[in-house]
Amino acid sequence: MKAALRSILAKSTIWLPYIWLLIFFLAPFLIVAKLSVSEPAIAQPPYTPTFDFWDGPAGWWRAIGQFSFYNYIFITEDSLYWKSYISSLQIAVISTFLTLLIGYPMAYGMARAPRTWRPMLLMLVILPFWTSFLIRVYAWIGILKKEGLLNQFLLWIGLISEPLTILNTNTAVYIGIVYSYLPFMVLPLYANLERQDFSLLEAAMDLGCTQRQAFWKVTWPLSMPGVIAGCFLVFIPTVGEFVIPSLLGGSETLMIGRTLYDEFFQNRDWPVSSAVAIILLMILIVPIMLFQRSEALARERER
Amino acid sequence: MKSIAKSLVLSAALAAIATASNAQERVVNVYNWSDYIDESVLTDFTKETGIKVVYDVFDSNEILETKLLAGGTGYDVVVPSGTFLARQIQAGVFQPLDMSKLPNSKNLWAEIQNRTEAYDPGQKYSINYMWGTTGIGYNVKAAQERIGGAVTSWDVIFDPEKLAKFKDCGVHILDAPAEIIPAALNFLGKDPDSKNADELREAAALLQTVRDSVQKFHSSEYINALANGDICLAVGWSGDVFQARDRAAEADAGVEVGYSIPSQGALMWFDQMAIPADAKNVDEAHAFLDYIMRPDVIAKASNYVYYANGNEASTPLLEKDVVEDPAIYPDAATLANLYVTTPYGARNQRLVSREWTKIKTGQ
Repeated sequence: MKAALRSILAKSTIWLPYIWLLIFFLAPFLIVAKLSVSEPAIAQPPYTPTFDFWDGPAGWWRAIGQFSFYNYIFITEDSLYWKSYISSLQIAVISTFLTLLIGYPMAYGMARAPRTWRPMLLMLVILPFWTSFLIRVYAWIGILKKEGLLNQFLLWIGLISEPLTILNTNTAVYIGIVYSYLPFMVLPLYANLERQDFSLLEAAMDLGCTQRQAFWKVTWPLSMPGVIAGCFLVFIPTVGEFVIPSLLGGSETLMIGRTLYDEFFQNRDWPVSSAVAIILLMILIVPIMLFQRSEALARERER
Repeated sequence: MKSIAKSLVLSAALAAIATASNAQERVVNVYNWSDYIDESVLTDFTKETGIKVVYDVFDSNEILETKLLAGGTGYDVVVPSGTFLARQIQAGVFQPLDMSKLPNSKNLWAEIQNRTEAYDPGQKYSINYMWGTTGIGYNVKAAQERIGGAVTSWDVIFDPEKLAKFKDCGVHILDAPAEIIPAALNFLGKDPDSKNADELREAAALLQTVRDSVQKFHSSEYINALANGDICLAVGWSGDVFQARDRAAEADAGVEVGYSIPSQGALMWFDQMAIPADAKNVDEAHAFLDYIMRPDVIAKASNYVYYANGNEASTPLLEKDVVEDPAIYPDAATLANLYVTTPYGARNQRLVSREWTKIKTGQ
């Protein structure tokens, strides 16, 4: 009896994550996939066909017969969509790079700081999460706007004579994204760098490396798993980012998250917005799979 | 639309009262625009009828519509604007009103009813709550410096050279094609309600010529931005601009905001109260609508939000700075110049939103 229970419990650790995925990933995915092959309609809900459970299999089959891939064809025909995808990917790549550029020295400094300081420094990185993400993005409006803190400061120190227009441009979007996602870059990098053996660097320098050479030949290659993890953690959510471009971006900021929002709310075109979402998911699955593979490889290497 | 914080506090307080009280009590769930009612109207209603009001707020028609189309909102009274209402009626979202339960509907203003006929033929599903115009809000000092006086014509927006003069101080335009395309059509001398594809493209082309001077297409940021002096020109909703004007006056930082119904005319919009088909408290919803149509009640609401209402009997009860402000209650000549539009059909809707995205993104 006890053994049976234990075996169920043991197995549950395997199938519980699958049930989780089934309920919170596969089911919503199927609903959206179904929507993406429907037609918009002025009705409640605003698309056809709709499934009625009581129709029975014959009714379901009839509904499936009405599915069409027109929405996908429409998306490929209209340049707006692929321009949005490309511009989202571009913004995501650039901001991931900028985040790495700022995050790496931060993580490095934290990992090399005296041991007693580290919990405090880690705390400081996590601290912004205590305030709502939305409020922190709103705060940037106050900083970046024409009469904002940044412009007033720059005017005061005499670096500029005219206030800069930063808010409602792509620059503001980059600032917002880099700021918001920096912890996601710093934390995995720190976790990696902190574990690195310092004596390896000493060995490299004993063998004639300069400090810079030692960094590029030892620390950097060893930190690759952290770099990859950080980059994916920043890149993937940034591609679909909606809040930052809509609050800080200007009219010319084209991102797929906004295009999707407009399709859904302004055009009431649930089917096309679902198709946009499915394609976005397809685009993101590639880097997610690459990420998982690199993780698996790293784990194997550690063994 | 307005200060959300205030409304949130209000609705939270009302929700707290509702849960604390006896569960048997009658309730009406109202979903209205943010900061769009004098709070005492709700408490007085509860005092008189014993019906608790659970009050919740939204800030865009799109959000309301998405909820309504998904169904099962739990709201008993909602307040969509005209064009949205028309489409929602088609989609079967609302139930017909029971006029026998709405004796106060005799107070409604025939002039306004004639115009809302375009959205709700026969006034079967809705009553007017407030109405206003889509015009131009501007910084008085900036306009003085750039065009030598008050804004009186749409050419400050649609003439690229004139608009360019305002580029340096910031221009916002509503992110609402159904409001801006008609204004462009009207400026071109076409029927603002035109559904002709070529004319719609012409209007879009006109907007393309001015978009470079527009900092942002957005439907609510301009309130604060105008009030703070961050921008100097905005195509926006009348009541929102008045809010910006009042906030600027309160802040007393040297910003003066003006509102213009341009001489070529402007779009007239209507916020209509309606009852969703799946509402649970239908009797209470009717009681609420009837209460809102009482002249003294709606006058109080108008005096608070600075919008005109569709209730003729309430006019004598309005405060002077509301009823005598031509930007709120336009004179007969201006009123005759205001136009209404009907919703786009499915095919035109796609054309309009495509063109609109191109304008917004400069593609």
